[in-house]
Amino acid sequence: MASTSLFGRALRRSPWVFHLGTSGCNNCDIEIADCLTPRFDVERFGVRLVGSPRHADVLLISGPVSIACRKPLQEAWLEMPRPRAALMVGVCACSMGGYRDAYSVAGPADKVIREVDPDARFVYVPGCPPKPETIIAGLIKLLGEL
Amino acid sequence: MDRLGEWLFFYLVFPGATFAVALGLAMSWLDRKVTALVQWRTGPAPGQPFWDVVKLLGKEVVVPEQSWAAGFLALPFVGFAAATLAGTLTWHAALGLPGGALGDLVLVLYLLAVPSLALILGAAASGSPLGAVGSSRDMKLVLGYELPLVIALLVAVFQRRTVDGQVMAAATSSLEGLVRFQDAAGAVLYRPSGVLALLVAVVCCHAKLGFVPFDQAEADTEIAEGALIEYSGPPLALLKLTQAVQLATLPVLLVTVFWGGVETTPVGLAAFAAKVLLVLVTFVLVKNTNPRVRIDQALRFFWGPVTGIAVVALVLARMGW
Repeated sequence: MASTSLFGRALRRSPWVFHLGTSGCNNCDIEIADCLTPRFDVERFGVRLVGSPRHADVLLISGPVSIACRKPLQEAWLEMPRPRAALMVGVCACSMGGYRDAYSVAGPADKVIREVDPDARFVYVPGCPPKPETIIAGLIKLLGEL
Repeated sequence: MDRLGEWLFFYLVFPGATFAVALGLAMSWLDRKVTALVQWRTGPAPGQPFWDVVKLLGKEVVVPEQSWAAGFLALPFVGFAAATLAGTLTWHAALGLPGGALGDLVLVLYLLAVPSLALILGAAASGSPLGAVGSSRDMKLVLGYELPLVIALLVAVFQRRTVDGQVMAAATSSLEGLVRFQDAAGAVLYRPSGVLALLVAVVCCHAKLGFVPFDQAEADTEIAEGALIEYSGPPLALLKLTQAVQLATLPVLLVTVFWGGVETTPVGLAAFAAKVLLVLVTFVLVKNTNPRVRIDQALRFFWGPVTGIAVVALVLARMGW
């Protein structure tokens, strides 16, 4: 339920995103970078890519979570100040895609995060890779969740 | 008692905290908007910095386990209070507000160093290794730019002029005195030494604001925002506000010291706004067209050519140029 308080409005106007690649193939990362280019320019909506999870409201995850990435992902999530939400970009982050049942993965990102925070909220943006338009649509949907 | 009330009004309302924050947020919007335009983007809406700050104020404060919590949380307040006081003194002198001189150039210089100091200590108190790297880089940068900045501002104090066969010099470090001298004898900038000094001061203030190419302390791509890394929520909002207040202070300080104060006529105010905007846009354009230099390159730059030019400007100023 979207809050109508001043803080709620501010939160929806200034979502700061921390991008965490959990051993993806880089294809989604390229599409995420596209969102910042003149054609899409998500800064129009107040979106900023920040360098530290402490500054972020949204954790943007791309790639299947490998066993080596499991712990860093959980730590990054717990480092984020509340309220927080995660955006899964690409089919790997959503449900592991082609890496399902592979020997090296620890599970889809939502499952890994729920291990440490059962109340975590997610929005899924499937695609291999998703188009920038899809990522922006997912982000807008996520802002309603915050 | 009246005088105390007057000072509190100056500090808290105009031209202090309230005004400086509002103006600083507007200027940081301008910074982001011009940046966007340079990159051929649309950029954020005018209210963006305001919403950013409101959001940060409402977020959770995370205090890292290994930090010195009291210092970590208190130092952003110290930095903000000092930056606001520096802004108050500068604007007070620039606008020639009543109440006499509140402070001089030396005091403003000290106060402007406090936010950097607070950030250095705060980052060190966070206990984060990347914060420590950012903190030590900021310390080196402060060592680098403070010396040429002081020399450049001294040019305004010591510049000699011959007006109607009489040798004149401001010979005062009071901001009001500098404004009066420039009213009588013409702006410091209109002499060769003034041009050189302003050039040096602009470069130093650029580093003070932590803009590229001197953003080593907050290099987000290599040390994850360095000094700011562990800050979240309201303390981070305060750090952003400190930055905004500095953005509303430094261009005004430069214009006041080198380009004269404000005449309180519509034309005078417009001219003053244009000068301040010119300095600000210079900052933004330099920021957007330069890569980040290494910290040792920055230090060599400030202690080499920049200090050299500042000294030459000071000598020229004493010779009457």
